[in-house]
Amino acid sequence: MAGTVLFFLFAGFAIACAVSMVYHRNPLYSAISLIGVFLALAALYLTLAAPFIAITQILVYAGAIMVLVVFVIMLLNLDEDKPLNRLKYLYAVGGGLGLALLAQTFFIFYAVLKTPKAEVDPNMTAGRTMSIGRAMYTEYLLPVEIVGVMLLMAIIGAVILVRKMEQPHLELVSEGEDEKE
Amino acid sequence: MQPGLESYLALSGILFTIGAVGVVYKRNAIGMFMCIELMLNAVNLTFVAFSRYYGDVTGQLFVFMVMSVAAAEAAVGLGIIIAFFRNRLSVDVDDASILKF
Repeated sequence: MAGTVLFFLFAGFAIACAVSMVYHRNPLYSAISLIGVFLALAALYLTLAAPFIAITQILVYAGAIMVLVVFVIMLLNLDEDKPLNRLKYLYAVGGGLGLALLAQTFFIFYAVLKTPKAEVDPNMTAGRTMSIGRAMYTEYLLPVEIVGVMLLMAIIGAVILVRKMEQPHLELVSEGEDEKE
Repeated sequence: MQPGLESYLALSGILFTIGAVGVVYKRNAIGMFMCIELMLNAVNLTFVAFSRYYGDVTGQLFVFMVMSVAAAEAAVGLGIIIAFFRNRLSVDVDDASILKF
């Protein structure tokens, strides 16, 4: 019973924070709402017997990534979004996409509800840090190495992207360049 | 007593829907970025729920991989946003529609 209460508490909190994130125009409010979603999801991972993933979620998402996002928001001094002057059909596209995804969600919900229940092993060890670490460094060693290389590439790419490069002042010599604007 | 697998899948689907609709509605590049993070998290919840109900550790390992990809994406994506802001003094994606400059 307590598990159900906790699930609905954190699920409601996650959905409310997600809606608030999309609703708010100020990017800083959106970021703080997103941190709420991450914390609620971390609590849900704990109820799913995955403490390692829950702690990693808080460390990586709520800690590192959101600090980076808030840092960029404050660095760029972003104000609120301007009123919408975008193509109007995007409203219809967004609404249709949302309805399709929700219909799919409820279809999956009823499909899974009808199948016989999978038995949950109460003393399952799959979420323990030790079993994750063992699987990570034996069976899934190659993917972990690839993730390491990918993180290195991301660091180098970010540095190259943000670095102010000394650009030679090039003159455009091709004809027809003046007509365009 | 715990809610069944279908409850977690429904929550994950709802969060993914909110994220997908948000990507379409937001015009702020950082807002779109945060909606993408929300979608990644919804998928992570599915992985952990299946991992719990089938007693397999693979789902949680894949969540770890998704988190690494999200961290790399944050670094590179925010780098692109800063570089774009330097050129245009804006992070509105409508200003980035020319694929030029």
